[in-house]
Amino acid sequence: MPTIYIDNKPYEVKAGKNLLEASLSLGFDLPYFCWHPAMGSVGACRQCAIKIFKDEKDTNGKIVMSCMESVKDGLRMSITDSTAQAFRAQIIEWLMTNHPHDCPVCDEGGSCHLQDMTVMTGHDYRRFQFKKRTHINQYLGPLIHHEMNRCIQCYRCVRFYRDYAGGDDLNVFGAHHHVYFGREKDGVLQSPFSGNLAEVCPTGVFTDKTLKKHYTRKWDLTAAPSVCHHCSLGCNIIAGERYGKVRCVVNRYNSSVNGYFLCDKGRYGYEFVNSVNRITEPLIRTLPVEAVDEATLMNHLKDLVTLYPLIGIGSPRASVESNFALMQLVGKENFYQGVSGDTAYLEGRMTDLLQQGTVHSVSLKEIESADAVLVLGEDIWHTAPVMALAVRQSVMKTAAAQATQQNSLAAWHDAAIKELVQEQKGFLANITILSSPLDSISTIAMRNNPDNIARLGFAIAHLLNAGIPAVTSLTEKEMHAAKHIADALLHAQRPVVITGNSCCNEALVKAAFNIVQSLSTPQRKAGISFVFPECNSMGAALMRASSFEAAAERVRTDNNCTAIVLENDLYRHVPAAKADAFLSQCKNLVVMDGLHNRTTEKAHVLIPAATFAEADGTLVNNEGRAQHFYQVFMPVNTHIKESWRWLGEMKTMQAKASNGLQQHPDEWLAKLEITLPQFASIAKVMPPRHFRINGQAIPREPHRYSGRTAMYANLGVSEPKPLQDDDSPLTYTMEGYAGIPPSSMIPYFWAPGWNSGQAVNKYQHEIGAALREENSGICLFASKTGALQFFKDSPEAFVPRPGKHLLLPQYQLFGSGEWSMYSEAISELVPEAAIILSKKDAADLGAVNGTLIIIEKNDFQYRLPLVIHDELCSGIVLASAGFHGMPALPWGSWVKLNV
Amino acid sequence: MERPLTKNIHAGRQPLSLKEYTTTGGYIALQQVLKNNTPQEVQQLVQKSNLKGRGGAGFNTGMKWSFVPMGADAPQPKYLIANADEMEPGTFKDRLLLEGNPHQLIEGMIIAAYAIQANISYVFLRWAYKKAARVLEQSIHEAYEAGWLGQNILGSGFSLNMHLHTGAGRYMCGEETALLNALEGKRATPRAKPPFPQVSGLFGKPTIVNNVETLCCVPHIVNNGAEWFQSLSYSEDSGTKIYGVSGKVNNPGAWELPIGVTMRELIEEHAGGMKKGYRLKGVLPGGASTDFLTEQHLDIKMDFKSVAAAGSRLGTGTMVVMDDATCPVGFVHNLQHFFAQESCGWCTPCREGLPWVEKILLSIEKGEGKQEDIDLLQMHTQLLGPGNTFCALAPGAMEPLQSAIKYFRDDFDRHIREQKCPY
Repeated sequence: MPTIYIDNKPYEVKAGKNLLEASLSLGFDLPYFCWHPAMGSVGACRQCAIKIFKDEKDTNGKIVMSCMESVKDGLRMSITDSTAQAFRAQIIEWLMTNHPHDCPVCDEGGSCHLQDMTVMTGHDYRRFQFKKRTHINQYLGPLIHHEMNRCIQCYRCVRFYRDYAGGDDLNVFGAHHHVYFGREKDGVLQSPFSGNLAEVCPTGVFTDKTLKKHYTRKWDLTAAPSVCHHCSLGCNIIAGERYGKVRCVVNRYNSSVNGYFLCDKGRYGYEFVNSVNRITEPLIRTLPVEAVDEATLMNHLKDLVTLYPLIGIGSPRASVESNFALMQLVGKENFYQGVSGDTAYLEGRMTDLLQQGTVHSVSLKEIESADAVLVLGEDIWHTAPVMALAVRQSVMKTAAAQATQQNSLAAWHDAAIKELVQEQKGFLANITILSSPLDSISTIAMRNNPDNIARLGFAIAHLLNAGIPAVTSLTEKEMHAAKHIADALLHAQRPVVITGNSCCNEALVKAAFNIVQSLSTPQRKAGISFVFPECNSMGAALMRASSFEAAAERVRTDNNCTAIVLENDLYRHVPAAKADAFLSQCKNLVVMDGLHNRTTEKAHVLIPAATFAEADGTLVNNEGRAQHFYQVFMPVNTHIKESWRWLGEMKTMQAKASNGLQQHPDEWLAKLEITLPQFASIAKVMPPRHFRINGQAIPREPHRYSGRTAMYANLGVSEPKPLQDDDSPLTYTMEGYAGIPPSSMIPYFWAPGWNSGQAVNKYQHEIGAALREENSGICLFASKTGALQFFKDSPEAFVPRPGKHLLLPQYQLFGSGEWSMYSEAISELVPEAAIILSKKDAADLGAVNGTLIIIEKNDFQYRLPLVIHDELCSGIVLASAGFHGMPALPWGSWVKLNV
Repeated sequence: MERPLTKNIHAGRQPLSLKEYTTTGGYIALQQVLKNNTPQEVQQLVQKSNLKGRGGAGFNTGMKWSFVPMGADAPQPKYLIANADEMEPGTFKDRLLLEGNPHQLIEGMIIAAYAIQANISYVFLRWAYKKAARVLEQSIHEAYEAGWLGQNILGSGFSLNMHLHTGAGRYMCGEETALLNALEGKRATPRAKPPFPQVSGLFGKPTIVNNVETLCCVPHIVNNGAEWFQSLSYSEDSGTKIYGVSGKVNNPGAWELPIGVTMRELIEEHAGGMKKGYRLKGVLPGGASTDFLTEQHLDIKMDFKSVAAAGSRLGTGTMVVMDDATCPVGFVHNLQHFFAQESCGWCTPCREGLPWVEKILLSIEKGEGKQEDIDLLQMHTQLLGPGNTFCALAPGAMEPLQSAIKYFRDDFDRHIREQKCPY
């Protein structure tokens, strides 16, 4: 490791870094704007100026930008040099000449990097006495508020939006001191990663528009570390609350998962917690007055859970603890997954293959650093957006690595690398049903139907491994593509293959598995990633329970059951007729959920369940990584409780004693480990609830939290006792451990002098790497050696059936998903639900764009307007999936279409 | 006194056609190089001639070429670019060459491209040079027709395509890396160096950007040799230079003269001295972004070293004369207005500092100045120095300002004291 001298003291630093990164990693405060740990250096803002010296004798030195100079052994630099300090203060004075100084009314105030850097440099007196330049702001859609006058022209927004995330509708316009960051004209930002602008912008130009509607300063938020519930990736988030409402969601850095960025669904999809559609009180619908108090409810439940045979329907969107609590209550053999047989089968298959341990399930971080990526069938842009962002980084980083091979350019030198790389791209093959924004960076972008995509996958596997039978009668184009892809994967060190279950096609999973298992050698770290539909699909699948159909069969033959449905709208998973039949055949139907839906309407007993914000729990993401989320706030409404708590109380009633029963998440996880060995070591996902640091719990509230004694003074003037959190080491106070907690328990990022989210620097040993004492989750799959088995059953080529179409789901980032729709901002962005047909199939039906098409299967009918898509294969029909109020369609089956 | 670059350029006459150019010895140098010289030999010849970049930086041209990766492993394609984005205020020397003898530039470009084995070349032309654009277009066409451009030139195996690109009118594009970005269709912001364009230039490939006048010297060096070129000058810098004089002189214009003529000779002989009733107050010797010199400096030689020793820069060699009836504050304000407007907006000190400077100067000029304004101006001249800003635009802008404060401080003080412009 090179040694550098900072103000004459030697420090060992990591080679390949720039002086800014090295200084920040060492804990020095050095101000910056245009540099970003995930985006590198461009040298624009000139804020991070330091002095470097030729040698020990050089006392003059010269000013350089620390972000633009590499670490060199023996290098001498000064941060405290008075000329450098004066220059840094002058940069702020320049930036401030046109800044509106509107901090009191700016949403960024209190978490503003510009404020922090201003204080850091010591600039405090304004000498500029002329008028400020002003700009006109734009309407950028419902997610991002625009206030251009605050801009300090660091160019981070366009560098993130365009270069990092691949968007093209935000740009920089004009020149000199009139440069303008916005769109060509007012309009909704098109990138699904636009929300990150609020965090990337060092001041208040781009701010969270949903927060604006119920604004709270960062220091007034009660916050907790949480995990996004909107897809299977498990991005880490921090959610903040005040007055019983979730106010905002911001990124929580996890070096193995989401890094610095979130997608817009994850950032803005939180408002269901505040929805008027919440279930707020227990209802016993068989009573004349349905709303009951807790004693009546428990009394009633006592009979239901003790006098009748119990069955439990679990949920892919409920926590591991809640699913397990239900299993404990009803008994393992009476616990069913709350998904259809087809889904359960495919998810079980994917889970089995990962558990087998002969292929490596990759993290998002590993996808970012892959050097060749193959996507088979899954439309990750819509089903796993941050994975699409990671794939983009892989493509860019691979190109950069190739271009800089003969060049001594350091990895941080972003602009120079981009100039050298130009349009070169790393290898990405995106083989999907419909086009995707990823196509623009794909080496090979092909459209086909799932069977043929799987056949291509098998053909690739055959080229990599002669033991896998060849696929016959491929087209020349397919054969050529297979060769090209096999060759690219073979020449990669870290190839990754991605698929999932949104094509309802097992052969795709088999093909991906064959490829990755063939590629895996001691020298080559090949990886696989399966995308799952929901936040805890993997956790639920790992419980190895039977599917909904088995439960339906059970109540059909035994009509005396009490069924407990856990956080699950069955109508989203199975056809309505099946759900109706099941629900009507339950003797007693107990449903627990956060929001009203079609299933809760049918409940005999309805129990209000906590949402993620009011609950502790654990989710297992698509990778097999268990991550814990902590309660953000304790609801004032005491009827709302975590499902595992309700279920635990029922279990106590059932057992007539609480001895040895689980009451808290750590106890549930400990019990789970013993009961189901596939969850071994999951309890390490959180420290025991009594964990303390120096005897102190970790406060959810910053030390500047205001109004604790006054905020409820309109209701009562006595100060209430702080709420007690018995479930975790976090506490509902400002007091507690003031240092850096273990990474999975960081409720907010803050350090002295660093009020903005950029304080994350202070939580890392090395900038951009792992957090201090990082617990990035518990991976449940270990690699194992053993005889390698390959699938040899490549599917037959897809043959359209006369008069029928294969129905497949089409997911939309905004639109699909049960709860994100309750965010008004997101609901504004949802496209109209539609079905999609090829030109030929539409013509055969005599339909044009907009024609209402009826999907028919047996007694089932559903009607949607048509959109014609040239790329779609004949014989396939796609329909919007998972939209609000839409039933589950018979996905993966052949349907009849009528006009 | 030889005038190799301009001997065939005559005011009021049409530019030389290809035929006329060849009858005056044109394209002989190219033929000779393609037939007899390796690229390395051409590089060495030019390096030995001590030809220095005429755009203002004064770097040895042959040495610049020598940084380009050569041989079979070198990245392809390589590019040769003529920087014809002549936007330095007071500068019009390249225009003379472009409009007067376009084939001289084209031949120089082909030889330079051969020397670095570039197969694609561009002329990046200032938007306002409409006539030059027409002339160049015609001449490039002629050169293609005659086989001087295109595939396998003269059967040598060397191929070169040439394109004319007219800029959108930004001063910034004269900076070679901003020029490259503009040529790629990107914003005209400069690039960080290193990596230098010789290694990672246009579209990330090895690229040489040379000034028009520099390239025009190349055929003559090939024809007459390095020693001849060195012998042309009055100083250690080789060759001739097109000097220009503008301002209230009797005969403003541009003349090709041996490098190293004195400022006095230029102003008093070639430019015919000051107009009646005007006295010389200051001179920007090499364009708007060079320090003022004054009467006491009139006898210095106009070469790179001597002008630098006097505290300024030779720059483009085209001087702007300020007379005693012109307000120095207003003069400098006008320059700062230009520079502030032409800042690309990339780095903070230039983007925010120059408009501040401009506003202060205007307020002083309007009689609203304060004594502390001088401190603010001086602070800017110090902090907008090389290395502090991303490129040389703001440091260049500060050169006339710092020297104006140094030489004409009385004028600044009087504006502030009297709260009006005394001119």
